[in-house]
Amino acid sequence: MSDVVEKTLSALPSLLSLDSQAGAGKLSPSSKLGNLIKGITELTSKHEEEKLIKKELAAIKEQVASPNTSMRQMKEIMVRAIYCEMLGYQASFSYIHAIKLAQQGSVLEKRVGYLAVSLFLNETDEFLLLLVNTVLKDLQSTNLIDVCMALTVVSQVFPRDMIPAILPVVEEKLTHPKEIIRRKAVLALYKFYLIAPNQVQHIHSKFRKALCDKDPGVMAASLHIYLQLIKESPESYKDLTVSMVTILGQVVGGKLPMDFNYHSIPAPWLQIQLLRILAYLGKEDQGTSELMYDVLEDSLRRAEMNHNMTYAILFECVKTIFTVHPKAQLLEKAAECIGNFVLSPKINLKYLGLKALTYVVQQDANLALPHQMTIIECLDHSDIIIKRETLELLFRITNAQNVTVIVEKMLEFLRMTSDDYSTIDLVGKTMNSVFSLGGDVMQPDIPNNFLRLLADGVDSVEDRRMRLFAVDSYVSLLQGETAQLPQRFLQVISWVLGEYSHLREEQDSGTIMRLLARLLDQRNTSTETRSWVLGAMTKLCSNPVSVALARDVCERYSGSLNTVLRQRAQELMILSQDTELRARVLPAEGRLEHLEVDSSLSFLDGYVSEALAAGAAPYKSPHQRQEDLAQEKALTLEPYGLSLPVSLSSCSVTDRLTDGLSPTLLSMSSGLSGNGTELSHGGGSTTLKLDGVKRVWGKEGYLAQQQSVEDAPTPPVQLPSPLLSPQRPPSQTQTPEPDQEKQQLASSLFVGLGSHNSVCLMGRAEPAPQHFRRKPRGGSSGASERSSDSSHSSRSAAVDNLLLSNLLDSTTVASEGGATTTTPQQTSQRTLDHTTSNGSPHVEGKEEGVAAGGSLSLIRGMVAVVLPTHTETDPQSDLHPAPHPAPALERPGDLPLTSHLPAELSGLARSELTPLCSDQDPSLALSACRVYKEDALVVLVFIVNNTNSTLHQMALQLTCKELEISCISGSPLKEVKGHSVSVCLHTVVMKRASVQVELAGLLSYQRPLGQPQAAQFSLSLSLKHFIRPLTVSTGEYGKMWLSFSHDLKQNLRLVTTEHQEPLTATLDALKSKLHLHIVDIIGSEGIVACRLLQGEGHGQPCLLHCRVHANTLAVWLRSPVPELPDSLLYHCQKALTET
Amino acid sequence: MIKFLLMVNKQGQTRLSKYYERVDIGKRPFLEADVVKGCLSRKKEECSFVEYKDFKLVYRQYAALFIVVGISDTENELSIYEMVHNFVEVLDKYFSHSELDIMFNLDKVHIILDKMIQNGHIVETNKNRILAPLLALDQMSEPH
Repeated sequence: MSDVVEKTLSALPSLLSLDSQAGAGKLSPSSKLGNLIKGITELTSKHEEEKLIKKELAAIKEQVASPNTSMRQMKEIMVRAIYCEMLGYQASFSYIHAIKLAQQGSVLEKRVGYLAVSLFLNETDEFLLLLVNTVLKDLQSTNLIDVCMALTVVSQVFPRDMIPAILPVVEEKLTHPKEIIRRKAVLALYKFYLIAPNQVQHIHSKFRKALCDKDPGVMAASLHIYLQLIKESPESYKDLTVSMVTILGQVVGGKLPMDFNYHSIPAPWLQIQLLRILAYLGKEDQGTSELMYDVLEDSLRRAEMNHNMTYAILFECVKTIFTVHPKAQLLEKAAECIGNFVLSPKINLKYLGLKALTYVVQQDANLALPHQMTIIECLDHSDIIIKRETLELLFRITNAQNVTVIVEKMLEFLRMTSDDYSTIDLVGKTMNSVFSLGGDVMQPDIPNNFLRLLADGVDSVEDRRMRLFAVDSYVSLLQGETAQLPQRFLQVISWVLGEYSHLREEQDSGTIMRLLARLLDQRNTSTETRSWVLGAMTKLCSNPVSVALARDVCERYSGSLNTVLRQRAQELMILSQDTELRARVLPAEGRLEHLEVDSSLSFLDGYVSEALAAGAAPYKSPHQRQEDLAQEKALTLEPYGLSLPVSLSSCSVTDRLTDGLSPTLLSMSSGLSGNGTELSHGGGSTTLKLDGVKRVWGKEGYLAQQQSVEDAPTPPVQLPSPLLSPQRPPSQTQTPEPDQEKQQLASSLFVGLGSHNSVCLMGRAEPAPQHFRRKPRGGSSGASERSSDSSHSSRSAAVDNLLLSNLLDSTTVASEGGATTTTPQQTSQRTLDHTTSNGSPHVEGKEEGVAAGGSLSLIRGMVAVVLPTHTETDPQSDLHPAPHPAPALERPGDLPLTSHLPAELSGLARSELTPLCSDQDPSLALSACRVYKEDALVVLVFIVNNTNSTLHQMALQLTCKELEISCISGSPLKEVKGHSVSVCLHTVVMKRASVQVELAGLLSYQRPLGQPQAAQFSLSLSLKHFIRPLTVSTGEYGKMWLSFSHDLKQNLRLVTTEHQEPLTATLDALKSKLHLHIVDIIGSEGIVACRLLQGEGHGQPCLLHCRVHANTLAVWLRSPVPELPDSLLYHCQKALTET
Repeated sequence: MIKFLLMVNKQGQTRLSKYYERVDIGKRPFLEADVVKGCLSRKKEECSFVEYKDFKLVYRQYAALFIVVGISDTENELSIYEMVHNFVEVLDKYFSHSELDIMFNLDKVHIILDKMIQNGHIVETNKNRILAPLLALDQMSEPH
């Protein structure tokens, strides 16, 4: 319990003992009300209650009819009648007396009369007409209390047709000197607006007056009207924005009288009301939104106190900020605020945080990303409400890639709580959106599970409701535009309609038949869907209209070329005409019964044995037949078929792997030695078999390999070599920790959202990301650790330099790490070397040294050219680069420009320096260099001032609409002193994948006494600069492969070398040129993964599946982003042609 | 918008009910029983907002008394949660030290509530202003 509640409890002794019997003793025994209440409190059963109330009502009836009953007694009687009605027993005989009491009673009696009227009656009651005269009289009374009471009842309940009778009097009250009267008049007019908007149209100007009333209460009351008006037509009230902003500003600033405060928060509910109004005004309107940014920021800032009410305001503020035209700075603060909510240990705040997230992800799904883990935790929260809200959130971020996981979560939830209205609602609408969104990419077992869920279970009320919900929503879907619906969804719809449309009360199978027939007419409906539709029609054709319709359909499809369709049409034809047979085959009520299926087809045994005896060939399964074909070296028309690349890890390993590769890559696994190897016999066989796929890939994704082996039905074929399956990465073989499971779940839930995706999460789960280098094959692990350290950005320069020299020295890893520093030519050369001499690091190390030295001297030469007037006078010229990211400002000395690299970048792979536009102004030289950071490409622009004078007003602007560029220089560049170098750092990532982009640069500067000048340059960046290796395990690769929707296939040239298998050589070439990560090579197939830097974080993955096929490399690329496979393929092609 | 406000004791007996959306008298007891069941079954550490059919419930417990508010989905739950507390504070201010006040002054509790909520909207939260008319009524009724 919150502390606030506890405080209240101690402060409220009166409430604490509310139900204690002790209190009842205080009542006077003569009080009839007292007796009633005592009686009610002592009740123990519904039956007793009924008896008691019936008795009470009889007593009341008698009393009200008595002419001797005073108004004072009548007041007590009314309260008793209110009690009875509150318990659900109608006391309609007392209504007329309530009106009488309001007419004739005085003060409190009158008030109770009005109260009873407002509780007993509603707008349509004719009794109310009797009240009109009383109300009118009271409105005109000189007694303020009477006027107040009349206005109160008018704003609660009043007959619409009688509004004109009192409207002028109410209107008049808007100018009453007492604030309470003005306020109540405004509220009464609000009520009139709600029930008869056109009757109050003429007084809109008076509302404005109320808005400007000097009393905050009157103003607040008018906001109810304005919220309604603005919600209905925001356009007409844009001019009020400034007023609303001013009012909110004043409220937030504490300008209202103290008694409007609630726990020292100024008029919080008023703030919320104003924020709502601002949201409506600023929605999709930049100009209006700009007016309110300041006050919104102020509200965010002021709401700092740790009180529920403050959070309620913050929540509303965040909602408004995300509704109005976006302003980055505000969005950021609001998002931070949501973060505080979500992470709060207070459950109510967490709920609100989830609700806020659910709201904001509709604008930007990426906002859910920072809270992935919290969301996953909430998904397993013990509080079902939190869980449900989380599902609602997931529902909003459903996309084609995470649809499978989310649907499974939904189904899980539904199984757990099948009797909840809201669950049905949530799951129902989710399934609909899920099917229409991702119907065609999801695995077939999802719709199957869903259908089973619908069909299973006893015929309880909930099940019926769920089914009815499905039928209703599908009928309305079909009545709309159906061309865009995925085929799978149409199939589900057909099945559900066929099975359950009889649940609809206004059962009209004709309508549904017509809707289904329309599906058949649709051109893009697949044959499979058509057969589902026909199946549904067969179940539905019960009345003559449907039968006629069915006949038409049958005529059309009984001549279909597709045998299945033809059969379905025949069935429909026969069953629609023979009602009796139809009733037997498809009993309307018995559909839910489980049918016994004779899966062994034993009833055919006689026929089969006869046929065999007659000399027929024994039956071969399709799979056997295909194998026979393969053995006969028949052509396989489907190069890839349905197979998934990762299935290879368990299925096809050829013995020729043994020669080329070090044994550390592939571990021997005797347990797997018999595994599915029938696929790879016959050395050169390049055919990929389809078998085993189902077993390796279950609905949960990649099944444990052991299981797939056990399940493999085909007899194992002994291989000449025991070398078989690559060892699973540790993350797969270890029992996964819950944390990791959660991260996996997160990765599958949030896949496809922005730049953070599954990959980044997997990356995080690993202790040290190893990018830019492949796994050391024979090399020392120590070296690899050190080298990965070097990619950490926060290292001191000394350490970095040490490492760098170490790297340049002699280790294999150094060559790997440095690979990207060299030019493409050098790299390819080195790659060849590498591939020929596994395990002879010294050769490569030297080569790297030579390469680096070469480029250094090159740079030196260049510096010499651009700095002809260099003098040795500056003692600071040998200063070491500063170890912080600020651009190093110093005199150019003997050191090459690369020495100006900020320390944290100096250990990283980089390109050589490219001179930029030095010809424009000889005294100013520009050059650029790319540094390949793990999470971004850093573009460095070196500005060399070759004159003695200082350059002022320096500003460097890089623009490219395909790139996201952000300046990471600590302090913005202002001036460059004579003979010094300044470096500008920008991190650059791609907005969307493209083959090559041009980065335009503009450097403006001013010489002393000179005119402002500008130097323009351009720098072209290719996709490969943005590609980073993606270190995933085979299992992860498999999961990702399934979840990516965009794919592309292409044959590429194979690289042939003397020493290596063509596949290994080719992949190595690709790896070194494009920074790909080779996940696994098995036989003639290899899987490769990379990611494209995009947005903040780790980028978009792209997976490549390569297979050697008839002297070409068949490459299959998959990625969640459509453009990436295309652009990457271009670079692969280029890389291989150059080799 | 607020759909209804209930005050219920732990036994599930309704102490006060006010509907801002029309619900037939015959159906109210069932709705109330259902709503109360939904709230009473919740643990203390669970959140104070419950989804119920197509609307939400915000509930707050004061010893043996539950106050449950039914609201539409667009309403700000936490602000309603605090409004309940404001209501309780007003009640406390008015009925300072008299037991069973709420039960025996059902009419006055209703009058107070009418000042605070109308047509499902919070129309007044200023405690002094909420109580002023009622105090005036009381004064005028004294001579009787």
